[in-house]
Amino acid sequence: MSTEVKNQEKEALFSKKNRRLFVDPFNENNPITVQVLGICSALAITVKLKPALVMGLSVMVVTAAANVITSLMRNLIPNRIRIIVQLVVVAALVILVDQVLKAFVYDISKQLSVFVGLIITNCIIMGRIEAFSLGNTPWKSFLDGVGNGAAYGMILIIVAFFRELLGSGTLFDYPVLEALGVYELGYKNNGMMLLPPMALIVVALIIWVQRSKTPSLIEKE
Amino acid sequence: MQDLISIFFKSVFVENMIFAYFLGMCSYLAVSKTVKTAVGLGIAVTFVLTITLPVNYLLENYVLKEGALVWLDASFAELDLSFLSFIMFIAIIAAMVQLVEMVVEKFAPALYSALGIFLPLIAVNCAILGGSLFMQERAFTSIGQATVFGVGSGIGWLLAIVAIAAIRERLKYSHVPAPLRGLGITFIITGLMGIAFMSFMGIKL
Repeated sequence: MSTEVKNQEKEALFSKKNRRLFVDPFNENNPITVQVLGICSALAITVKLKPALVMGLSVMVVTAAANVITSLMRNLIPNRIRIIVQLVVVAALVILVDQVLKAFVYDISKQLSVFVGLIITNCIIMGRIEAFSLGNTPWKSFLDGVGNGAAYGMILIIVAFFRELLGSGTLFDYPVLEALGVYELGYKNNGMMLLPPMALIVVALIIWVQRSKTPSLIEKE
Repeated sequence: MQDLISIFFKSVFVENMIFAYFLGMCSYLAVSKTVKTAVGLGIAVTFVLTITLPVNYLLENYVLKEGALVWLDASFAELDLSFLSFIMFIAIIAAMVQLVEMVVEKFAPALYSALGIFLPLIAVNCAILGGSLFMQERAFTSIGQATVFGVGSGIGWLLAIVAIAAIRERLKYSHVPAPLRGLGITFIITGLMGIAFMSFMGIKL
């Protein structure tokens, strides 16, 4: 949340409109629950909090950097080949992220396996480039990228929190439920939460809560 | 022969791209409103997977892997280019999609107009890149295995999207709680279908 602290310090760069770019994705324009982007590589890695956090951070970095780079090049890219240019930019950034993960958090990068590579085709990144950075200045694109990436990470962390707590009884590998003594009362871990389909159902519940709170998001019949 | 058959059934049912790995979910959710468009997209995905997997297999084994360039010169035995695989795979996929688009437009105009906008969009479908990355991770031993894996994954994806489209067509007539309408209920149904597909997991092939 350090970005929000920075918001208050430099007001000039963060006019009301610019701040909206950053804040909107967290609720009214959430990439996962409203725009339906980037579910592809997201849900398989939310069994534990740690990989989910790493994945969220990686996506945030790639979205922000890709948005800035394509925004800088937006007047140079011929319209017909823009998809390939975007893919090359994103792929180069993902290779960097992959090498960094392999160097510093090797075991997590093994757990994420192919899903780091799949950030390339994560629809959030392509979607934000297509919808936003090709028509806006680099600074705005940066805010948009960080906002969307962080909002995406937020959903991942919420899903991973419930799956890890209910499925394995731990948080960041710390045995929370054991420490609380819940097992002595006869509680058992719900192995179902570890299975991939449960991730979808948890996301559906998040959507349910969010839309009950913000009725304007409810789809019309 | 037996290993090919087992790879095929495994990739269609046990390790289904959507129900086991959630790959290609974006287009799966966006294009599954009617069965007709779902079939079109499913066929296009199968087609592209079948073509890109063998090409990427050759690329992986004769260019990218450690020591893969020995056929060019013995001094390349130490060379490991595998860090380039993301960018190479995605370039091959984008190029292949473009190629497939042109071929289909020339020789099967009816299919081309039926697939419409879906063909170019396949380049950014996670299932395609996912197929290539799984191929790399599982280290298949022959190009035949890689091809069969591509066909199987594609058919599994087709199966999943057609099934959800059929259910969503029916869903129009049911009373879903308002906040769950549309996206929410589709997620829940996909989850339930995933649980159903897990019953295949016990089968050892």
